[in-house]
Amino acid sequence: MRPVLYVLSFLALIALGFWAYRENYATQASLKHVQALQQQIADLREALSVQRAEWAYLNRPDRLRELATINFDRLGLLPMEPGQFGTPGQVAYPAPDVPVIDLPTDIRGSQPLPESDL
Amino acid sequence: MRTPLRPLARILQARRDGLNPDTIERENLRLRHEVMRDKTRARAELRLLILGVAFVAAFSTIGARMGLLAATEPVEPRASAPGAEIIAQRADITDRNGRMLATNMTTHALYATPKVMVDPKGVAAKLAAIFPEMKAADLERRFTDGRSFVWIRKVLSPEQMQLVHEIGDPGLLFGPREMRLYPNGTLAAHVLGGTSFGAEGVHSAEVIGVAGVEKALDARLRDPSQGGTPLQLSIDLSVQATIEELLFAGMTMLNAKGAAAILMDVRTGEIIALASLPTFDPNDRPNAIVDKAAEPGDSPLFNRAVQGVYELGSTFKIFAAAQAMELGLVGPDTLVDANAPMQWGKHRIKEFEGKNYGPLLSVSDVIIKSSNVGTAHIALMIGPLRQQAFLKSLGFFEATPVELIEAPGAKPLIPKKWPEIVTITTSYGHGMSASPMHLAAAYAAIGNGGVMIKPTLLKREGATTGVRVMSEKTARAAVKMLRGVVTDGTASLGEVPGYEVAGKTGTADKPKKSGGYYDDKVVNTFASVFPASDPQYVLIVTLDEPIDTSGSEPRRTAGWTAVPVAAEIIRRVAPMMGLRPKLEPVVADAVTAASN
Repeated sequence: MRPVLYVLSFLALIALGFWAYRENYATQASLKHVQALQQQIADLREALSVQRAEWAYLNRPDRLRELATINFDRLGLLPMEPGQFGTPGQVAYPAPDVPVIDLPTDIRGSQPLPESDL
Repeated sequence: MRTPLRPLARILQARRDGLNPDTIERENLRLRHEVMRDKTRARAELRLLILGVAFVAAFSTIGARMGLLAATEPVEPRASAPGAEIIAQRADITDRNGRMLATNMTTHALYATPKVMVDPKGVAAKLAAIFPEMKAADLERRFTDGRSFVWIRKVLSPEQMQLVHEIGDPGLLFGPREMRLYPNGTLAAHVLGGTSFGAEGVHSAEVIGVAGVEKALDARLRDPSQGGTPLQLSIDLSVQATIEELLFAGMTMLNAKGAAAILMDVRTGEIIALASLPTFDPNDRPNAIVDKAAEPGDSPLFNRAVQGVYELGSTFKIFAAAQAMELGLVGPDTLVDANAPMQWGKHRIKEFEGKNYGPLLSVSDVIIKSSNVGTAHIALMIGPLRQQAFLKSLGFFEATPVELIEAPGAKPLIPKKWPEIVTITTSYGHGMSASPMHLAAAYAAIGNGGVMIKPTLLKREGATTGVRVMSEKTARAAVKMLRGVVTDGTASLGEVPGYEVAGKTGTADKPKKSGGYYDDKVVNTFASVFPASDPQYVLIVTLDEPIDTSGSEPRRTAGWTAVPVAAEIIRRVAPMMGLRPKLEPVVADAVTAASN
């Protein structure tokens, strides 16, 4: 009985050693992957902040003002005025639907109009 | 093999010889004990040795580990959970709608290690060609005088960096740098202030605030745990840009030396815009003037809105009127003595251009016509002590609490003694000086129904509580008087259809350094509240030495200078803040709500 136990525990030891070895390398690979991802995140974050700065720079009020002046012919943009506030009363009601024609209509003897008259 | 204690052969022999056999037994016992003792000792020594080795191993492991920890460079934990990261960056600054006012950019610093430089002379010449501010001879001297480390430039643009790369000398090295960037250029420069480098190393440099919000809130901006959350100011970028544009146009048109404007929300104390001209670019902050003869106001770094402590003139009159009404001494229609000129001791108090509005004027008309004499009489009714207490409650006796590093230094100039003549002059804004920010806070208290709110540059969430300095009734009556100034008085150019501007003009002669006042140098102020029926915003416009030359003779009163500028600002800015004009546009076929 004893030798069997010894052999079994020896095999278990080898199996555990193999498992620990694999886990160790798997962990290291994961850590490397995480590090790469974090580097990527940091790079993207930096790129994002550069783009945000660029966006803010391109949208700075004096530039927009100049662009509005240069493109006045096309866009016709003017500063906001107090008179541009509207009231709900200025909004038109939706146009009523055209009533359904359900009465029978006699079309016998009529001729279709030529295309040009439509 | 065990030796018997009494071996029979020896015992018999001893008996035969007549010796005591017990000695043999004792001798054998002694030998046996000695063997046992030696064995035990050897075992104990072995144990001690093992224990000693174990201790040595344990302690040297701990020691080695400690040494290792102390000697290694710190690294970020690689397997940390995401979310709780620390960002070692200065926090961004945004306006109230989240638009960027200040952010960071990664760039590089250039340094040299002359010991490994291949061709110092050639490198110096090439660097001088790239950077126009450097001289080849200077650089060469620094490269060759035996030092092992030379800083060349604090920040580089990517193009410059590429050019330096192309020199290709191993002695030229780059260090990463974080740079503060203000994408809007000069916009809100006085609010933001600026930054510079603190402690500098090869791998990084400290960015520290040197003025404005950047310095006042330096600790918050540098706090690593808040690095990811931007600091949100109460400033509105679009409003600020419009005000700066209009103020600059007004300043140029009126030949003024400088100008300042403050727009503040009366309910929350938030400063929506704060402008001071001339301005500067915080990306390239100019140096302070070192010339002692120069006035502080000559530098573009000077923040007129906060640091500019001026005599604010007639804008102070409303405080006397409001206090007298609060104390029940007068009502808006009470008649007061306004017979000019008024003689007080050896002083003579006159009206503008020697006019006389008297003999009697109602309190409302004193404000509307801006009568010095009438205000003086009201102030005398109040008395010096109560006047001081009231001005103190409005914050005129101490520096403003706004989040700018310049604010605590700008203390109002208050007369040391307060005789009755000071009571008189203070009532119409002379003899005591305060900044436009003080005036904005005090007018905001009137606009906010008598509740004084601390002005702030940070976005506030929700309602704010303040200290009541006058009753709501008094505040409403004061706003009504200010409205009268615009409809019938000195600020008639300030009328903006639909926005019911209420305000008070102030024209103060500039004091000479040698004492007395200049005849032709004035500071013009217009302090306004709008809309009068439900005040929401306070706008202060100050122009330094303006002259209106549109008429036949130059005009220097606020009614002709600061008021039209303020009116244009209100007309442009109020719609941007979503304030509906009271005057509705004409609607041809409007639907009217009706019920039966």
